[in-house]
Amino acid sequence: MKDDAAQRHILPLNLYLAVGSGLLVLTVITVAVAQMDFGQMNLLIAMGIAVVKATLVAMFFMHLKYDNRIYMLVFVGSLLFLGVFIIFTMFDTLRRGDIYEEIAEPYQKEAVIYRTAETGTASSHAAADSSHNAAETETETSDH
Amino acid sequence: MEHTIPEKHYLNEATGWKSWLMTLDHKRIGILYMIMVMFSFFLGGVFALLLRWELISPDKILMGPEMYNQAFSLHGIIMIFLFIIPSIPAILGNFVMPLMIGAKDVAFPRLNLASWYIYVIGFCFAVYALFTGGIDTGWTFYTPYSNETTTAVIPILTAAFVLGFSSIFTGLNFIVTIHKLRAPGMTWFQLPLFVWAIYATALIQVLATPVLGITLALLMLERVVGIGIFDPAMGGDPVLFQHFFWFYSHPAVYIMILPGMGIISELIATFSHRRIFGYKFIAFSSLGIAFTGFLVWGHHMFVSGQSDLAAVIFSFLTFFVGIPSGIKILNWMATMYKGSISLDTPMLWALSFLILFSIGGFTGIVLGTLSIDVHLHDTYFVVSHFHYVMVGGTVMAIFGGLHYWWPKIWGRMYNETLARIAVVLIFVGFNVTFFVQFIMGTQGMPRRYYTYLPQFQGMHGFSSIGALIMGVGFLLIGIYLIHAIFKGKPAGPNPWRALTMEWETPSPPRAGNFEGAQRLTHGPYDYDKVVPENALKQYKTL
Repeated sequence: MKDDAAQRHILPLNLYLAVGSGLLVLTVITVAVAQMDFGQMNLLIAMGIAVVKATLVAMFFMHLKYDNRIYMLVFVGSLLFLGVFIIFTMFDTLRRGDIYEEIAEPYQKEAVIYRTAETGTASSHAAADSSHNAAETETETSDH
Repeated sequence: MEHTIPEKHYLNEATGWKSWLMTLDHKRIGILYMIMVMFSFFLGGVFALLLRWELISPDKILMGPEMYNQAFSLHGIIMIFLFIIPSIPAILGNFVMPLMIGAKDVAFPRLNLASWYIYVIGFCFAVYALFTGGIDTGWTFYTPYSNETTTAVIPILTAAFVLGFSSIFTGLNFIVTIHKLRAPGMTWFQLPLFVWAIYATALIQVLATPVLGITLALLMLERVVGIGIFDPAMGGDPVLFQHFFWFYSHPAVYIMILPGMGIISELIATFSHRRIFGYKFIAFSSLGIAFTGFLVWGHHMFVSGQSDLAAVIFSFLTFFVGIPSGIKILNWMATMYKGSISLDTPMLWALSFLILFSIGGFTGIVLGTLSIDVHLHDTYFVVSHFHYVMVGGTVMAIFGGLHYWWPKIWGRMYNETLARIAVVLIFVGFNVTFFVQFIMGTQGMPRRYYTYLPQFQGMHGFSSIGALIMGVGFLLIGIYLIHAIFKGKPAGPNPWRALTMEWETPSPPRAGNFEGAQRLTHGPYDYDKVVPENALKQYKTL
């Protein structure tokens, strides 16, 4: 029954126009803020606006607001799972080597295997660090 | 009272090969799956026996290191992707679930048939890979090795990719079926627990499998075009592959075990003739496992170089998986307490499950402990844990389920004596094979080696003998089950005096499942209130 109601649901044209102009305004804002540098907040702001726009499209143009709630659950649920994947992976990628430097290094300096091959490990570390930095600068430039 | 086979049923209402290959009947599609999946099980089993044969002695008997790498990779890939993931949902889920909820078929019968054809295409790719260079990466396809090896990585990745779609189609179909096609009066809490388990499984299939597809596609692009996403030389990250892979593959082990747990709930209630204890707890613990299963994948990567912070978080969250699993085990035991237990073959499989899965589960907690895993990682302890969960858990459940529903599927009974002998052979053979592997693991025997230090000779030999016993057991099962299809005694509609809806149909059921619309008259476990009418006399007296 609910599904039939959702299919027959027709929104007033004005609402579509309002949402459409809202999207246009947000697009203008996106372009405008891209000209300014907010440092670390660059990505956050751009993504924030994008999320608002996507939400508007999903709610009104895709009728999720008026449809059976299970579709909303599926939609939001899939976003949550994507979030889990990205955030948990970032627990690794953003913090790789953290505790290693603070705690493990003194022990490893004592260890024979590291003393004999110190140059080798040092250089591989430098390489890893520089690739990390390279990746970071790359994301920063792409933000601008 | 002698039972007879009904004159018209789904097996003979239409005849000819076309009626099978173009069928839309969920029962026939279940049987098509059964043929393919059990053939895969046989193939994977042959590789397992070859591995154990090689490991009888540290010297080269059958194969050298390269061949050995290929053999264990194929054993893993076939058993995981072609056998254990599709096994319960695609065979028993397809056959039994619509009957259990009183539906005429699944929601999308054509999609159901399509999923089988996609499975067959995936199977063909896997066989193609087998004959064009094999595969030696293990079933996990870790980079950078999978990017460098000269074996047939692309065909086998395509196989796994395609098989993923089959799995998604099945999952999607089941979700819609369970939501929309339940018989009037059957609320969510009157669903048999097998249906709950299939539902939880379907959710994971739909949510996690696309990530595997993306991962394998990225790996193929990496190999063919060199996009560098997993290659450190190009700014990529090989550990990222493991994140991608395990985000699917850890939930996938719950795709493998959850439907098994559903079967065990049915078996224990039926053969204890008692209302299942803690129905809601068992139902929600399935969903609990499905959910927490998504948050623990990093425990496969404790020594892969992931950050210590991530390792600590993943280790901590891993312990939570023990809670819903423990709830299930304890509820099953409480169901049996003071029940009137009959030790028919399916129940023997269920009891084997309880013992073996508990061992597998507890050793999982051991491995989830960060500090211990650093030592046990990549040893036989892991191999043994995994087999206790997957064989001791899922395979016991599959065969329990097959023995339980065999009379419904074919309308005929197997030889009970042989069946009991087979359970004992498998149970003993399994423990002989794998228990020593825990010991070897703690003593440092690494997995995936074709040779070993002389000190492990005794235990490896012992383990190989166990594998042989299991092989004989499975062969015996194959013989008497196939014999039963043609020569077994007619089983009657309800040989086990069970109360779920699939037993209200004749065995085998007719093509449309039920005469007219099905209505719920009692709950699935109302053993304290109802005696099923069609089972006043049991098939056999114990």
